[in-house]
Amino acid sequence: MIESVVDLSRLQFAITALYHFLFVPLTIGLSVLLVIMETVYVMTGRVIWKDMVKFWGVLFGINFAMGVATGITMEFQFGTNWAYFSHYVGDVFGALLAMEGLMAFFLEATFVGLFFFGWDRLSKVGHLFVTAMVALGSNFSALWILIANGWMQNPVGAEFNPETMRMELTDFYAVLFNDIAQAKFVHTVSASYVTGAIFVLAISAFYLRKDRHREFAKRSMTVAASFGLASALSVVLLGDESGYAATEHQRMKLAAIEAEWETHPAPAGFNVFAIPDMEARKNTYEVKVPYVLGLIATRSLSKEVPGIFDLVKGAEANVHRGLRAYGALQELRKNRKDKAAAKIMKEDGKFLGYALLLKKYRPDIENATAKQIEAVTWDTVPNVPVLFWSFRIMVALGMFFILLFGIAFFLAARRTLDKHRIFLWVAFLSLPLPWIAAELGWVVAEYGRQPWIIEGILPTFLGVSNVESSQLIFSIAGFVIFYTALAVVDVYLMTKYIRRGPDSYLGHNTDERAKVVRKLVEPAPQPAE
Amino acid sequence: MTPPIDYETMKLIWWLLLGVLLIGYAVTDGFDMGVGALLPYVGRTDEERRLVINSVGPVWEGNQVWLVLGIGAIFAAWPAVYGTAFSGFYTAMFFILVPFIIRPVSFVYRSKNPNTSWRNFWDWGLFISGVVPAFMFGLLMGNILQGFPFHFTVDMRAVFGGSFFELFNPFALLAGMISLAMTVQHGAAWLVVKTDGAVQCRSKRLGMLAGLLATALFLFAGLAVWSGWVGGYIIKSGIDPNGPAIPLAKTVIRSAHAWTDNFGKYPLMWIAPLTGVLGLFFAAILVRFGKGKLSLFVSGLGIAGVISTQGLAMFPFILPSSSYPGSSLTVWDSSSSHLTLFIMLIATIIFMPLILIYTSWVYYIIRGKVNLETLLGSKESY
Ligand code: HDD
Ligand code: HEM
Ligand code: HEM
Repeated sequence: MIESVVDLSRLQFAITALYHFLFVPLTIGLSVLLVIMETVYVMTGRVIWKDMVKFWGVLFGINFAMGVATGITMEFQFGTNWAYFSHYVGDVFGALLAMEGLMAFFLEATFVGLFFFGWDRLSKVGHLFVTAMVALGSNFSALWILIANGWMQNPVGAEFNPETMRMELTDFYAVLFNDIAQAKFVHTVSASYVTGAIFVLAISAFYLRKDRHREFAKRSMTVAASFGLASALSVVLLGDESGYAATEHQRMKLAAIEAEWETHPAPAGFNVFAIPDMEARKNTYEVKVPYVLGLIATRSLSKEVPGIFDLVKGAEANVHRGLRAYGALQELRKNRKDKAAAKIMKEDGKFLGYALLLKKYRPDIENATAKQIEAVTWDTVPNVPVLFWSFRIMVALGMFFILLFGIAFFLAARRTLDKHRIFLWVAFLSLPLPWIAAELGWVVAEYGRQPWIIEGILPTFLGVSNVESSQLIFSIAGFVIFYTALAVVDVYLMTKYIRRGPDSYLGHNTDERAKVVRKLVEPAPQPAE
Repeated sequence: MTPPIDYETMKLIWWLLLGVLLIGYAVTDGFDMGVGALLPYVGRTDEERRLVINSVGPVWEGNQVWLVLGIGAIFAAWPAVYGTAFSGFYTAMFFILVPFIIRPVSFVYRSKNPNTSWRNFWDWGLFISGVVPAFMFGLLMGNILQGFPFHFTVDMRAVFGGSFFELFNPFALLAGMISLAMTVQHGAAWLVVKTDGAVQCRSKRLGMLAGLLATALFLFAGLAVWSGWVGGYIIKSGIDPNGPAIPLAKTVIRSAHAWTDNFGKYPLMWIAPLTGVLGLFFAAILVRFGKGKLSLFVSGLGIAGVISTQGLAMFPFILPSSSYPGSSLTVWDSSSSHLTLFIMLIATIIFMPLILIYTSWVYYIIRGKVNLETLLGSKESY
């Protein structure tokens, strides 16, 4: 493969996926918060809760449009940029994406229209049902896409078929109940709830600081605080679950996250601070807390956490078995009935991916030299410093969110949310933090998976399409231009509606409402005909 | 586990299902795109434009999922087709994608600011995102019908020849125009249903023009294929409908009249082109006389006819290769595994009826004409 095509494809995917995920967590989190607020409205009949649904709903709508717009890009991209990946694993991965369309996207997209347009046409309960369907749809969508993504991290329930030269599904249940996928789903969805909660919390804090919309803001904040606290606890507890899953299936990723070069006897210490050096293959500086890593990673005091050096040695054995499988595959291509080759394929077929890693160095990989094999085994180590630091920032933010929501919850219970100006200030300034945590989480998950696009099965550089670098440069430039422009518009509209505040929705103040409505719907000056 | 339905039948079922999905997309999202394309012509004042936009306001998002699901289903059922078509048409796909990025935000953002240039800007967005995909999808279909240059290496990596500009050949341009015209006609029929007054009046006229144009162009394209000006492909040997998906095992030749052979063999298939021609034509007449609902239904039939005509003509081919015909992808040798097709079929049988039920419910709730008064009084409208 041409190297620049690989790098550019990865760059484009990273840009577009990270950009899509700016909108996704807010959609998921806010949709659930809207359901909570509307339930209170339906149960108590108090109009202020309806105003809350409508106000946060408009912000939800602005964000949702961006989520849809950027999601379609992702749907195209596996085909446009990862054609060989699509051929190689489409049998499993494509099916999961189609499931997402069937079960999730239709649900959320069909009902979201009624969420906005149905207020006057539906009963209270009818409208609540619609809101709940939107929330259900977006959560389902997270479920399916994360099952797909989890399968890339831990490809269970599928086998390589030498005839068709691709992975084929053998066990659908295994794919669905893949433990990595489950852990990912819970962690990512809770992270999204945290994002929604901080969004509501921060903007309400902004109003309280300015002494505007007090009743509205206090209620919103109370909902956000309790929902946020529960979610933040679950992110951290289940983040640990995610790391735990990684020890079973992705030891290398875990070792890199921990900058753990040598295997340490159990129970291992946790590096709170380190400066990992990829060239020298050691940490130039580190600060360790004893026992903690062993506890987080293996849930015991006696199991070892293998270090990078040992894992690389293990990879070497895998490469050799992979080469055996590769040889057998060539025989099978010549003669489909070759029994001996089929037997080798059965034994070592699952290591084929390790042999394919050698294609980076030469096309005729069966003649690989010992030096090339050694180089390949070191290719299985992802970028240690990036993983180490991304992970630590995410974790630190996770702890901070618990503290923040804890305080908010405490103040809400004592009904003194509006009295502590420093707290309000901190809450407002926390607005961007959940996005930072979530984006770094994806960097850990995806960059940490390198060099694999499908863990142990298909190297990333083989997954790309046969396109020209120039085509990629063109499309990346296009995305950057469009996405930047849209980001500006999105932020402009968000701030405009936040500044204007919820007053425009106050149903119980008809005078003011009429005034605002008139202002909002003022027809634009007519163009001359 | 061996699924209870044999592999050949499963492949055939999925070919039909994908046809249904593509038609579902063209018929539902078709009128949104048509409405977008008509926006500057039928809506002269800001209020008229808001009327037009809000006529599809509550449903365009759900309609668009037909596309998302269609792509997902192609990926699931024919992974090699998905990868080959999307990367082979890389630049064209980018130009199809951009309108789909612009469209959601244009709908949602347009009326959130009363400034005239702001609104005009997003109106452009809606216009482009109606016209460009409608045209481009047709253009690609035209290219697929003629075959485009690609082949597979032994490890099934697709390699391409040809360039972006070669996509704009005469027959493909014709197909693009058909697609655009029928989309516009369909959108006009929708507007006749949902609006009244000046907007409705203009939609009647434009809808009729577009419909007549679509009918004429479709007939002309039929002649082009019939006369052998646009050739097709025939499988000579090496295909096993029940066998694994190995596209490189067969031999294929070009033949001038290949795409009409199927109609000779199975005369019942003539229903498809007939529905296409009659549907487009009568929809044009009906829309002129303001029979909105009927015309919408009939133009939907017309669109279904046009799409099925191409599918049936090419069967079993999906993506013929013009440079190495042996690499062509067909229904028999590019499907997913037997198990995947079966599981997806079960999922479809469960969820498709549910989708149809709740979608119909939504259409029922929003029935009736768009009313300017409620529109201007509601904060949520576009
Ligand atoms: C954890 C959740 C999550 C993740 C990892 C992704 N998405 Fe997403 N996606 C959503 C959660 C979501 C959502 C919450 O359901 C969205 C965001 C806003 C919205 O409108 O729906 C959405 C929208 C969305 C849409 C538009 C759907 C519509 O028309 O309504 C598509 C086609 C995709 N996504 C496809 C993808 C692909 C191919 C991804 C893989 C790279 C991906 N998304 C990652
Ligand atoms: C089902 C969901 C997803 C799938 C299937 C997926 C798949 C991929 C693929 C194919 C690549 C390119 C290969 C590579 O360079 O690693 C990639 C890279 C990447 N993805 Fe994902 N991804 C998914 C979700 C996401 C999301 C939601 C994000 C974050 C917003 C994300 C972040 C990244 C990043 C940062 C990279 C770049 C890694 C690098 O530079 O090497 N991914 N992922
Ligand atoms: C103590 C706190 C946390 C721990 C221990 C933790 C742990 C992890 C681990 C190990 C991964 C990588 C999973 C993989 O490689 O597959 C991950 C991914 C991720 N994290 Fe965290 N995390 C924490 C807090 C947070 C917070 C606060 C957020 C956002 C608000 C967040 C969002 C994400 C996201 C979006 C991903 C990518 C999806 C995934 O792989 O599940 N995390 N986290």
